[in-house]
Amino acid sequence: MNRLRFLIPLGVFGLLVIVLAIGIARSPDKGTIVSPLLGKPAPEFSLPNLLDASQTVKSSDLRGRWYVFNVWGTWCFACREEHNTLLEIKHQAVVPLIGMDWKDAENDPLGYLQQSGNPYDVIAADKDGRAAIDWGVYGAPETFLVNDKGIVVYKYVGAMTRQVWEKEFLSRLPPRPESKS
Amino acid sequence: MLPELGQFALILALLLSGLQAFFGIFGPMFARDRWVAAVTPAVAGQFVMLATSVACLIYSFISNDFSVLYIAENSNSALPLFYRVTAMWGAHEGSLLLWIFILSCWTVAVSIGVSRMPVRFGARVLGVLGVVSFGFLLFTLATSNPFTRLDPPAPDGRDLNPVLQDPALAIHPPILYTGYVGFAVAFAFACAAMLEGRLDQQWARWTRPWTTAAWAFLSCGIALGSWWAYYELGWGGYWFWDPVENASFMPWLVGTALIHSLAVTDKRGLFKSWTLLLAVLAFSLSLLGTFLVRSGVLVSVHSFAADPRRGIFILAFLVIMIGGALTLYAWRAPKLKSQAGFDLSARESFLLFNNILLVIAAATVFAGTMAPLISDSLGLGTLSVGAPYFNPTFMLSMLPLTALVALGVHANWKRGRLSEKQRMLLLTLIASVVLACITVFAIYSHGKILTPVAATLGIWIILTSLVDPIDRIRRNMSLSRSVLGMTVAHIGLGLFVLSLTTVESFTLEHDVSLAKGASTAVGAYEFRFDGVKSIEGPNYQGVGGTVTVTRHGEPLTTLYPEKRQYYVQHTTTTEAAIEMHYGSNVLVALGEDLGAGKWSVRIQVRPLVNFVWLAAFIMAMGGVVALTDRRYRVATTAGAEDTAVTGVTGEHAR
Repeated sequence: MNRLRFLIPLGVFGLLVIVLAIGIARSPDKGTIVSPLLGKPAPEFSLPNLLDASQTVKSSDLRGRWYVFNVWGTWCFACREEHNTLLEIKHQAVVPLIGMDWKDAENDPLGYLQQSGNPYDVIAADKDGRAAIDWGVYGAPETFLVNDKGIVVYKYVGAMTRQVWEKEFLSRLPPRPESKS
Repeated sequence: MLPELGQFALILALLLSGLQAFFGIFGPMFARDRWVAAVTPAVAGQFVMLATSVACLIYSFISNDFSVLYIAENSNSALPLFYRVTAMWGAHEGSLLLWIFILSCWTVAVSIGVSRMPVRFGARVLGVLGVVSFGFLLFTLATSNPFTRLDPPAPDGRDLNPVLQDPALAIHPPILYTGYVGFAVAFAFACAAMLEGRLDQQWARWTRPWTTAAWAFLSCGIALGSWWAYYELGWGGYWFWDPVENASFMPWLVGTALIHSLAVTDKRGLFKSWTLLLAVLAFSLSLLGTFLVRSGVLVSVHSFAADPRRGIFILAFLVIMIGGALTLYAWRAPKLKSQAGFDLSARESFLLFNNILLVIAAATVFAGTMAPLISDSLGLGTLSVGAPYFNPTFMLSMLPLTALVALGVHANWKRGRLSEKQRMLLLTLIASVVLACITVFAIYSHGKILTPVAATLGIWIILTSLVDPIDRIRRNMSLSRSVLGMTVAHIGLGLFVLSLTTVESFTLEHDVSLAKGASTAVGAYEFRFDGVKSIEGPNYQGVGGTVTVTRHGEPLTTLYPEKRQYYVQHTTTTEAAIEMHYGSNVLVALGEDLGAGKWSVRIQVRPLVNFVWLAAFIMAMGGVVALTDRRYRVATTAGAEDTAVTGVTGEHAR
């Protein structure tokens, strides 16, 4: 009996380990960054068109339909990673893909798009990064889903994958009225 | 090339730590003296490798090498040089490397220190430290390599977390880690003693200075962190019971208990198994703190990125280290017998109660920190535990403790004989009550029920701590550094209790919305808001407000609180403006822009808040003073010396 009390610390520690193990097992779904924008209107912006600097891309032009808003830059490693997935998404043509080229003026985004293909329907150029601040961008790439009322429905941080696209984006989109050719 | 060199050095360090652990533990076990002799060179080699690795990482930061992922994520070319260096420990990977490097520094110091101890015992201590180092190096290389390359390199980095761009925070992690990691030494001494199956008073004497040093660093680190939180986070408080704060506070509480328990083991040969358990516990809580911060199991403002893979690794490491040590404890501790007994009013029993109360305090903090996690694990929903739980439960164990300190320093070893000191204790108590009442009712004129009680206890500790040293000096008697250190630390504690009581009872706080030119009164102070203007820094822009403060109509100072928006990370930080005046802190922080020139402004007047940190530093200084005691320098295994030491002990007991 006297010896058994020296086992108490070990027993308490054992219980603690079990709790911590359960804590870890449940932690992955806690790790995602929740955007304060979720459920709120998408920020207003008016930026030059990357492909044609004489035109502007305005948030007001996008109102009334669902769109995906992707923040990227040629300098961003993970953006290159998701590039092919974005091209596939464009090929599906379910929803317009709006790109925002973030703080990329010194590089050659146009040359990059010519070389690797352009997945975007339209690209806004955010040279000084001010618009990205409004969107609460933490680090590229970040992808937002905005509904027809201009409300941010979902935000994904990191390189887009086909699984994420199907599970988180396609499932949130409204059923298509009729298929476009 | 440099990052690769750094990584290569890290791998070599891993191999060397493996050798250190193997030779250090199995050398003495199989009585292979040649194995034992290989331990110290492994320690030295590992230190060189880690220093190389740290130098490579820091140099890469200085030279803006954004081809390294960690640097691209935590630095920026616009970042001032000083922060480019401190950015090294700005996030998970680098701070882990810093942790290991500090452990290596401790290990080198121990390897020099153990040269006075039996060779095999020293090897065991270094061996256990090797196991700790090996685990952390493996963790770094497997899950959190700071040298991972980014291809193609980023043109510029994502910048250091703006909250961390502050001088106090920049030097805070190394100091805090030095304390945290320092408990690894006490842990290693405990494990070595258990491996050897022998623990005597000499062991306690060897362990004491290391524990005190670690404790002093930890005290400084916590105080610095709290100070940083006060003026950088701008929340207006100095302690938030945040999981990460608690993670450093729990080892501190148990470490404090360990220091006192070691004193008993050293002087009287008692509490042996209890001391061992505390040594294991203090380091376990340090490791657990690392786990909580790193694994993402608990979410906190301080937490680094969550990664379950890292969590699993640390958990496995915890099981091996703590589980192993506790198993060793369950096996060896029953054999350690303490023969001597003591009176109820003897110093031993005061220290026993001190230990019990400190461990209870640590347990309540632990329960509060873990409760949200446990409730979540059992599917009982999310639970948030904050100050309403922590403040009263913590005070419940701490107030009796302060009373024990005031009495306990006057109790003798073995036999209490407190009655001889009755008159002095009573006199100091009466003086404390009078002084406390003057402070509470005359200077501040109101307060809560506990305010006079806590103030009395704080003053009482200071007064009773001073009695003995003053008496000795008056009689031209020598005052050993241990006693002096203890006195300083206890005065620090008294000051801490007193200033904490004052701050908690008499802080005035107002959240007001002010238009330009409008003013508001808080206490004796009048604050006039003179509007905001935009400001621009090297890597941020923002707004700076101007607030003119007057006291009884006389101009006092002008405060410039700021709100900064950092370019790259788009994070907003609040820079509160603080002015110290008559022992009070006047704090103004900018809130939200309410439009039409109106701003929400937080105004606080906190009496004596600076003394909270000052008191913590005084406590740490007490530890430093105690470290310089000659007993630790001359204490050897020689019998002749031992009698000299007993002589000192006798003097203490008097």
